[in-house]
Amino acid sequence: MTDRQPSKFRVSRRQALVGLSAGAATGLIASPSLILAQTPDAIRYGHLTPRTGFLGPLGEYGVMAVDLAVEEINAAGGVNGRKLEVLKEDSVNPQTASTKAERMIERDKVACILGEISSASCLTISQVAARNKTLFVNTGGNSDALRGESCNRYMFHVEHQNSMYVKSCGRSLMAQGLVKGKKWFSLTADYAFGHDLLKVAKRFMEANGGQFAANKLVPTDATDFSALLIEIRAAKPDLVISNLAGNQITNFLKQYSEFGLSFPVAGFGFDTALAWAAGKDNFGGVWPCVWHHLIDTPETKKFVAAFTKKYGKPPENQAWGDYMAVKIMAQSMNELKSTDTAKILEYWEKGAKFDVMKTRPGYFRASDHQLMSEMYTITALPAAQVKNQWDLFTSSPPVPGPSEDLEVIATQGDEAVCRMS
Amino acid sequence: MLTLFIQQVLNGLLDGVYYLLIALGLSLIFSLGGIVNLAHGAFYAIGAYLTIVLAPHIGFGGAIIASPLLVALIGIVVERGLFQRFYRSDPILSLLLTFGLAMVAEQSLRMIFGAPPLSFSIPAALRGQIFLGEFIYSRYRALLLLIAATCVLGLWFLLQRTAFGRVVRAGVQNPDMVGALGISLQPYMVAVAGLGIGLAGLAGVLLAPIYSIHPAMGQEIITPAFVVVVIGGLGSFWGVVVAALMVGLVKGITIGLGLTQWSTAVIYLMMLLVLLFRPRGLFGERIQRFE
Repeated sequence: MTDRQPSKFRVSRRQALVGLSAGAATGLIASPSLILAQTPDAIRYGHLTPRTGFLGPLGEYGVMAVDLAVEEINAAGGVNGRKLEVLKEDSVNPQTASTKAERMIERDKVACILGEISSASCLTISQVAARNKTLFVNTGGNSDALRGESCNRYMFHVEHQNSMYVKSCGRSLMAQGLVKGKKWFSLTADYAFGHDLLKVAKRFMEANGGQFAANKLVPTDATDFSALLIEIRAAKPDLVISNLAGNQITNFLKQYSEFGLSFPVAGFGFDTALAWAAGKDNFGGVWPCVWHHLIDTPETKKFVAAFTKKYGKPPENQAWGDYMAVKIMAQSMNELKSTDTAKILEYWEKGAKFDVMKTRPGYFRASDHQLMSEMYTITALPAAQVKNQWDLFTSSPPVPGPSEDLEVIATQGDEAVCRMS
Repeated sequence: MLTLFIQQVLNGLLDGVYYLLIALGLSLIFSLGGIVNLAHGAFYAIGAYLTIVLAPHIGFGGAIIASPLLVALIGIVVERGLFQRFYRSDPILSLLLTFGLAMVAEQSLRMIFGAPPLSFSIPAALRGQIFLGEFIYSRYRALLLLIAATCVLGLWFLLQRTAFGRVVRAGVQNPDMVGALGISLQPYMVAVAGLGIGLAGLAGVLLAPIYSIHPAMGQEIITPAFVVVVIGGLGSFWGVVVAALMVGLVKGITIGLGLTQWSTAVIYLMMLLVLLFRPRGLFGERIQRFE
């Protein structure tokens, strides 16, 4: 293939120009970081999150939140008196994510990497981060495995683990009598996150006396659920459980309501943006949530007001995750007067407390670097009671309750298998 | 068990009809102009977004008519402005062009409407189910099916039974001969692009109430549509129809057998088999200028 042959196709100059300019235009739009100016003495964070694909819509909330956090931090004097700058890129998929992480660390000299939603990409980024002794704060990957078998010293998790989601929603399902002696029909996203969630859900169900009518693995690019709805109808389960992810949840909810099935629905993985996308006519069931815009604390109210003012819509839970990560990182660097990775790591492992906009402060658990904070269970309101397009649900009080330890909803004992290397 | 299996097969068959609206337009535009339109999915997305904008003002019924027409209009502008420069040139060029166009369209939707998915529901009057013995089907999907089937039959009639169709078919086989007969293909190209892209817009309107509406939704639908066109055979009307139904059918059978996780992979496997044993597709005709 080395010798050059005369071109078989004659391309006119005009045609080439049109092709090139179209390519260039899309290139510029597709990689916004290329056109960002870099200030020499700024402190730089790297932010990676999916902006395309089935998790893209959630990633966009993360990006909006990062912009807001940076604005606020710089307005308050920056980090150690220097301006904070965040390089943001679309992580696309696990392979691309690790390549971009590597480039951000080596070429752009970022102080840390934040972000991500896909558990599979979290894993590859964390490997790059560990190799380069750079902190990676995971803001959206839920898989227990990331805090278990695959945990590492340089990875911290603002996003809560699957176990916390399952145990908080599970408490509510138990209270409604939907677990003991009941048959569940579950739908599971066929990738790392879904498999992990299924494992955790199974453990919870078996420990509490429930059983499966069936479990179906759903390809992540499947958009039509009619075939599964037919099966659910035939199986007559006591509860339909969604271990789905991203847009899948919206598609499922829309079509579940379309087919008029009446079995109760609950889910273990959830993001409020998906409820908003389903709309009041279609959103139903009981879901766990790490944070939502209706939480009644002054910090949440402040954040919701600032976000709504800037973007014209309330933030969803992914926005909380990325906003918290930027704020926690900046606050720690300011308190330590340093950007040194080892110092921050030690500070967090020793249990530094952070305001996470909930009723009690959060802290990173030293054993697996999981942020410990309260969860919520939300329940869809009937369409007739919905007043606007955002407030589609009611929320439980914080889980666990005020007299309980935050540990009760997290992995414990032999569920927690992290050995830091 | 058997009834459930039959239900799945039937559901799969009906499911295949949605691919048709996209795949037919894709095939038409390729047959006549040799344009591999990677932006076809983007027009589907535009159709869905237009519905969200228009429906509150003119109702869903109005949007079913207006959105595809507007999308067709955009299609005509794109054909005049871009496609016509690439007819009969290396397909790689049109591939690059339409790939870029798809990205520009997706990014524009993201800039105008935001990345988070938007909500749109089935109008109250069309909600509910139909029971056919054991088989349950949504009333909305029945309507969708009716509209799609009407379009397919209408298109077939247009291509097979009218003077317009005869010129288009002749143009597909031998554009030089058509030119020699003193017929300019240009207005036909415009009409075909408008028609094909309008059909993608129609699919966007029809699927908006049951699928998630987000800027990248076009990518989700374009891949199976391409698979359908490749299996059916480029340039063959009935090939695309049969392939779309087959893809749905095979999907339905896979799910009926309890292999849900394979339901997407299996259609790529089908395409692989067809490409191995009959590279021009099941019903594909030899089109000299592409070989």
